[in-house]
Parts: sequence; C-alpha cells; structure tokens
Amino acid sequence: MTSLAEVQGDDRARPSGLAESNGKRFALLIFATLALVLVCLASIAVGSRNIPLSTVFEALFSYADSDDHAIIMTLRMPRTLLGLTVGAALGLSGALIQALTRNPLADPGILGVNAGATFAVSLGVGFFGIATIQSYIWFAFVGALGATVLVYAIGSVGRGAATPVRLTLSGIAIGAVLTGISSAFAILDPATFDRMRFWAAGSLVTPGLDNLTVSLPFMLAGAVLALLVARPLNAIALGDDLAASLGTNILRTRAVVVVAVTLLAGSATAAAGPITFVGLMIPHVARWIVGPDQRWIILFTLVLAPILLLCADIVGRVIMPPGELQVGIVTAFVGAPVLIILARRGKASGL
Amino acid sequence: MTAPANTTLMFGRPFAVLRLFGERVTQRVDLRGLTVTLVLLLLALAISIYALASGEFQVPVGDVIGALFGQATPRVHMVVVEWRLPRASLALLLGAALGVSGAIFQSLTRNPLGSPDIIGFNAGSYTGALVVITLLNGSFYAIAGGALLGGLLTAILVYVLSWRNGVQGFRLIVVGIGVSAMLTSLNTWLMLRADLKVAMLASIWGSGSLNGLGLDRLLQASIVLVLVTPFVLMLARPMRQLELGDDAARAHGIDVERTRLGLMLVGVALTAIATGIAGPIAFVALAAPQIARRLAGSAGVALMPAAAMGALLLAASDVLAQRAFAPSQLPVGIVTVCLGGLYFAWLLMREARRQP
Repeated sequence: MTSLAEVQGDDRARPSGLAESNGKRFALLIFATLALVLVCLASIAVGSRNIPLSTVFEALFSYADSDDHAIIMTLRMPRTLLGLTVGAALGLSGALIQALTRNPLADPGILGVNAGATFAVSLGVGFFGIATIQSYIWFAFVGALGATVLVYAIGSVGRGAATPVRLTLSGIAIGAVLTGISSAFAILDPATFDRMRFWAAGSLVTPGLDNLTVSLPFMLAGAVLALLVARPLNAIALGDDLAASLGTNILRTRAVVVVAVTLLAGSATAAAGPITFVGLMIPHVARWIVGPDQRWIILFTLVLAPILLLCADIVGRVIMPPGELQVGIVTAFVGAPVLIILARRGKASGL
Repeated sequence: MTAPANTTLMFGRPFAVLRLFGERVTQRVDLRGLTVTLVLLLLALAISIYALASGEFQVPVGDVIGALFGQATPRVHMVVVEWRLPRASLALLLGAALGVSGAIFQSLTRNPLGSPDIIGFNAGSYTGALVVITLLNGSFYAIAGGALLGGLLTAILVYVLSWRNGVQGFRLIVVGIGVSAMLTSLNTWLMLRADLKVAMLASIWGSGSLNGLGLDRLLQASIVLVLVTPFVLMLARPMRQLELGDDAARAHGIDVERTRLGLMLVGVALTAIATGIAGPIAFVALAAPQIARRLAGSAGVALMPAAAMGALLLAASDVLAQRAFAPSQLPVGIVTVCLGGLYFAWLLMREARRQP
C-alpha cells in the first residue's frame, strides 16, 4: 500500500518497525518460520518422557510400532498441531480486534469473547447435555458472536464512536457476568462439569485429532477473511472518516472482521478452552517488528503466535513434574505483565 | 433534634441539627441521606427476616420475630436462631463493612473505581490464604492473616504500578486485571500442587461464601466491627475534608498524612474481616458506595448510606445464592460478581449517554 506519508514524500512521518524494507521483513518471516519448526519439534520431543529428535524424525517418516512412536503419533503430534492452529487463530483474532477497535489493549480474552464462548458451552453442557467438540463448537461460535456484539454495543452507547477505554471496560463487565454465570453452572452441576474442568483452564491435551479436524475449517475460513480485510483495515487505521473518503466500505469491513474474530476465537476456544493474552501480546510484537502495515502484522502474527503458545505449553509440561500446568495458565502468567506495561505506557489508548 | 436552625445556610438541601448534652455535641444531619439510609436498612432487615423465615423448613414471619425475642418452640428456635441467624447477620455486617471500606478507598483515591476488589485486594487475599491453607496448613486466624497480608501487598503493588503522574481510573483497572490474572495463574498452580481435600476447601473459600458460618464467626466479626466503628465515625468528617484536596484540608486544620493512614488502616481492616470470614466477595465494595451516593444525592461518597447499601446488597445476594437454585447453594461471591458486572455495564452506558 502506498501510505499517506509516502505520497507526501515525508519519510519521518512514516512509522516503521525494526525491519524497514520488505526484503528484511521477508528474511525475518523466514527466520520466524524456521523458529516455529524448531519449536514444533521441541514440542514433540519434550515432555514427562523426553524423546530424542532422531526418534521424532523416525516416527514422522518411517513409523514403526514402538512405544516412543506411539506416544508421538497419538499424543504429542495432535497436541502440537492443535497448539499450532489454536495459537495462530488466537493471535489473528487479537490482531483483528486491535486493528478494528484501534485499541492496543484489545484481546479476545479481555473483550469478553472467550467468556462468551465459555458461557455458551457451559449452557450447552448444562442444559442440552452436549459432550463432543462437534457440538461444543457451535455453542462457542454463538457465544463468541453474542459477546462481541454485546460488548461493542455497550461500548458504543451514546454519541461518538466506541472509545478503546469504554470498549475495554464493557468487555470487563460483560466478561465478569458471563464468567460468574458459567461458574454458577459448574457449581450447580458438578458431575457434568467435571469433564469441563480441564477445558475451562485452557489446555491443548486432547485425545486424538477430533478437536483439530472439527475446528480447522473454521479457523482457515477466519484466516482467509483476515487476509482479505488487511488492506481496508490499513485504511481504517487512519480514522473512519479518512478511510471512507479513501473508498473503504467501513460497515462491510467491520462486519467481516467481527465474523472473522468470531470464527477464530470461537473455534480456538471450542478446541482448547479459553486461553487469554496470546491475542494481546503477539500483534504488538509483530507491530514492533514490521511497523503498522496490517498485512505484514497478520503474516507475522500467524507465525509468532503458535511459537508463543507452544513454548508456553512446553513450559507447562516441564515446570511441575509429574503433573502438568495447563497452557492457559502459563500464557496468563507471561501475558499479564505485558498488559501492565502497555497500560503504563503514555499513549496506551491510541493506536 | 431540632428543625433547621439557620435557613440561610441550606445549600439547597434540607438538614437537621442534632444537639446533645446541652449543645456540647452538635452534628448536622443531612435529611435525604438519613432517609435513604433508613429506607435501605429497613429493606435489608426485611430481606434478612425473609432469609430467616424461608428455606427447606418454612417458618411463619410471626414465629421468626418470636424466636428472635426468645419466645418460640425449641425446634423453631434452633432453625431460626442457631442455623439461620448467624448467616443472615453476617451478610448484613460484612456487607456494611464492605460498603464502608469501598467508600473509604474511593474517597482516598478520589476515584469511583478505587475500591478494594478492583485494586487487586481479592485476588491477592486469595493467594495469601491459599499459601497458608496449602503450604502451611494454618488455622482460621492464620488464614485470615495470610489473606490480609496478601491483599495488602497486592493492593499496594497495583497502586504503585498504575502510578504515573497520579493514578488514572482506567489504568488502575487494567493494571488490576493484569495483576489479578497473574495471581489467578499462581492460585491455580498452588491448587494443582495441593492435596485434593485441601484444594476443595480452598476452592470453596475462594469463591466467597457465607455457607455454613456459625456463631463463632459472627462473634469474631462483631468484635472487630465494634472496635473499628468508633474510628470510622471519628474519621468520617476529616475524610470529607480530605476530598477537597490536601492543601485545602490542611488549611482546615486536618493532619493530612495521619488521617490518610488512619483511613487506610480502617478500610483494610474492614475488607480483611469480610475476606477472612467469607472469602473474596467482589463488587459490593465497588457498587455500594456509588449506588448510595446516587440515591442520597450527596457530593462525595457518604459512609452511612454506603454501609446500608452494602448490607442490603450482600443480604439480597445471599438470599438469591441460597434460594434461587434450592436445594443447590451458590457461593454468594458468584451472585455479587454477576450483579456487579451488570451494574458496571449499566454505569458505563449511563456515563456514555451523559457525555456531550
């Protein structure tokens, strides 16, 4: 995109990240992808039973029916793949929400999207007796969409557009109510909710590939939508009025973003439970590397977010032997300081 | 009490002047605030009587009042006075304590969001209590002490972290959320490490419940509140003047630092007794002073209406927690979170509509 600054020939006004040219950005993207591959291998190899990398390759390329190979193919592989997709989906939804609301503190967790999905899933488990990911996912979508719309509606009451502060506060309020009701369900019907206990903490541990295969199509659809709206989002970053005068259909862009966020956050939540702060942190890192162009931010987020989630998952596996810490708990512990730093920064409320 | 003595000093609000001991003690009483306080207290009392009467064993209201004055059959006496009275009275007392402590913190931070639950007191006190329960295996007093210490440290940490040329409401909330999220992770980790039985105990405490609290807890709460109340009354007037700003308060002859320290200690003590006994109960301290302020139409947060509103909120929430899904019981903390979140959303919309 030819940015306004380039048109005016003013290089100082063009905010740029670490990588200033597209060549450098490509190089960094390839580097990040390599890092992601390494993290994936580590995620397959590391755990309560460490498996040497050579065995990992053997299991991948010439499967023999040994214990290690069975562990890799039935436990570690699904887990790693789920981390890969869920991480990317969460990161993308965070990047989209931040771009749409022009709010650096936006995150599907903070804006109540995850709470909405969790609430709807609890509702489904409690009242409709659903038990499989195939049915979880629809409830999660409805909940995510409902919460997004509600939070946005409350945030935009009154004259003027929804400010980042009001959106965040309304997300907190709605999130608190929905989380409260979900935990009330859990207490009222402990037997049913025992099954949801680990899901609710945010975990990548799943038997087999079901969670992945069901959620993957929705995540892919969301990712495609995200790439499609990257360009209009660049225009919206200039402000609604300017974007409209540049020929952007603001309403359509907003609608597409909301649908994409619902698909991404809803399916990620259905597959792995509510995981917060991934969507908050990664787009900031991406923006720091590549500057404000949404297309690059989205590409980098796609690669960096799974790195974070898989690393958090690995840490959770080794930190407390013989038990495991769910990945959602680790990301919250790592991500919360980022939130605090962002809130302390002077111009925290504008993007 | 006499009628308004000097109509030229009305400030548009009717008040009465209380004169005791031949004018040696005089106190101006805001009539609207007084009326609001009394109405709220009556409502809270009515709800408590309903709480005493209803349940699996229904008692007619007449018998409840009889039992309270010691004129009932032993069976009714046992149900009403021994089983239900401690819980109902604790809801009133702890609600009032939370309301007052919220009012004090909101006045101190000059911020409607500066209540103990927002500034991380709840998550921190839970961490403190968890450390005592799971690692040290402590008694009730040790748990209460741990909760107090954890809450205090967290509140200070949140306040310091959000300090940047003063504390701004939004930053306070976001930093509070961040610190709470970290502590919640820590709490989950502590719970997962612990023995299942210990973890169950800790988890019940952690959601904030008045379930199964007996006369001994009521006694402890009463003693603390009786000790703290004189200080609250003493500090109420300096607190009002502190709201004018440090310089103005100093010019009025207030020892600013000492008053502030005193108010902090009183506020912390009130939150601590509620948290120590019932676990972290969110939003009462946040909402009660603000609702009371709107009802009483006062300029700042007022202590007495806040106390009455807190009592009403917690008593009503506890009845809801007990009866809404009977025979299953909810921790009252969950009910207050839901009600408080709705209130918060409503507040947001209202403030937004008001903006030009």
